Amino acid sequence: MIRLDALTRVYASPQGPLTAVDRVSFEVAAGETCVLLGPSGCGKTTTLRMINRLVRPTSGRIFIAGRDTDAIDPVLLRRGIGYVIQQIGLFPNMTVAENIGVVPRLLGWSAERRRRRAEELLALLALEPARFLDRYPNELSGGQAQRVGVARALAVDPPVLLMDEPFAALDPVNREAIQDEFLRMQRALRKTILFVSHDIDEAVKMADRIAIFRAGQLVQFAMPDTVLAHPADEFVANFVGRDRTLKRLRLIRVREVMTPVAAGAALAAGPTLAPDDDLRRAAALFLEQGGDAIRCADADGRVVGCVTRAAVAARLGAPGGPA
Amino acid sequence: MNAVAGEGRSAAPYLVLGGIAAAIGWGLHASGLLADILRYQKDIVYLVKQHLVLVGVSGSLAIGGGVGIGIWLSRPWMARWAEGAIQAVNMVTSVPTLAKLALMMTLLGIGALPAIVGLWIATLLPIIRNTYEGIRAVPSHLVDAARGMGMGPAEILRRVELPNALFVIFAGVRTAMAVNVGTAPIAFLIGGGGLGELIFTGIDLQEHGMMLAGAIPTALLAVTVDFLFGQAQYWLVPRGVNPLRNF
Repeated sequence: MIRLDALTRVYASPQGPLTAVDRVSFEVAAGETCVLLGPSGCGKTTTLRMINRLVRPTSGRIFIAGRDTDAIDPVLLRRGIGYVIQQIGLFPNMTVAENIGVVPRLLGWSAERRRRRAEELLALLALEPARFLDRYPNELSGGQAQRVGVARALAVDPPVLLMDEPFAALDPVNREAIQDEFLRMQRALRKTILFVSHDIDEAVKMADRIAIFRAGQLVQFAMPDTVLAHPADEFVANFVGRDRTLKRLRLIRVREVMTPVAAGAALAAGPTLAPDDDLRRAAALFLEQGGDAIRCADADGRVVGCVTRAAVAARLGAPGGPA
Repeated sequence: MNAVAGEGRSAAPYLVLGGIAAAIGWGLHASGLLADILRYQKDIVYLVKQHLVLVGVSGSLAIGGGVGIGIWLSRPWMARWAEGAIQAVNMVTSVPTLAKLALMMTLLGIGALPAIVGLWIATLLPIIRNTYEGIRAVPSHLVDAARGMGMGPAEILRRVELPNALFVIFAGVRTAMAVNVGTAPIAFLIGGGGLGELIFTGIDLQEHGMMLAGAIPTALLAVTVDFLFGQAQYWLVPRGVNPLRNF
């Protein structure tokens, strides 16, 4: 869906040319979320901004749905790509409805259609349309404003979203909530998303693929589980942190390591896991209870299997499998 | 609800002023000065027209020109020269208006034209400065968001930069028009006509009725102009970026 081919950006500086992005190539499939991760100044934001041509590439190509974006008028290109920034950038002179209607208006939608679309999107983002449509941005909380920012990016239902640290300015509680909502929404919408972050936890949570940048170069491009299990080098290992095994627990579902048992089989009593829990809960129970196995129960409380310490260890030793 | 309360708030000082004016009017009437003033009724009507032409022509040209030049200086391609130009504007602004009128008389002779040009320059400068500073103060991430969403330069100016700078621009226009209306009587000194004729002649002749026949309409005009621009600022600046309407 989005393919970068040897994308390079060089800036002139008093100390001579400065390569901000150095021959970066990768491909993101339709419907996937790719998180561009790295310390500040690593070229991730510049890479993102080259995709909607806010920054002109020095060399290299970008293909969206097979089309070379160099051949498209940048202004028209941008109208077809959702864009969310950290500072949100809601226009304070416009109401929420007008903000969401900016791109639809550029595309010539009628006032009535714009308003209906704004209502739809607010409802999708769990903001009551009747209460929020006619508010101004200065009447919103940070979390509400960022939801409106996302709604605005989705206004004309673009297949591609670019998000530049969209949730970085929110407090941790709000950030978790809006990330969860966003994931739920993404499961339904299946947009192709490029998402800049400097937060490994956010990346692990949101990404299908992680692209790790260092000094303008792409050092690893892989699924989150692979990045955590097999960092490409010392730099990536340090960046993802020494607790990377703990972070992996979030990525693995109980059902992946569960041994099915026949109904009614005798197992130790105690708390149970659900097949859709992630392994963080299993690890917590092992630590709290001791023991070698925990029962798994389905929504009706029927025991359907068990998770053993050995199975968890085996899964952590062998990355991959269904992500 | 908000709007009604806000309107009350912004109109209150004018009600107080109205009360004071009524008291002064009654005092004038009681002292017999009112009759003195009304003897100049014909002159008042004629000179008010002249005065309005001075203020109206120089003011509207200054608003149009000042906003236009301010926008032009705020464009990216002007960035190298804009700060220098604004410094020059600040320097010219610091020249007393009377001196500006005198200079205009030297250049353009006497009459309405040098008066209008002098008033125009005095009014133009604060508007240029506020328009430029107002647009520059629009946060760059708003412009970035606008570009990223596919607005062209003209749309960014019209729908993001100007609306967000409008409050500051209006503040400049109000200041400038106060200078304009306040200076217009002096235009008489270089043959520009207007209500200054009654004021200055009245002072020279120690004729209080004549002086007030010029001074009172001048004062009323100043209050009216400020009221009108105040209302325009209140209603035309979008609520989300209007400090007068945010509470």
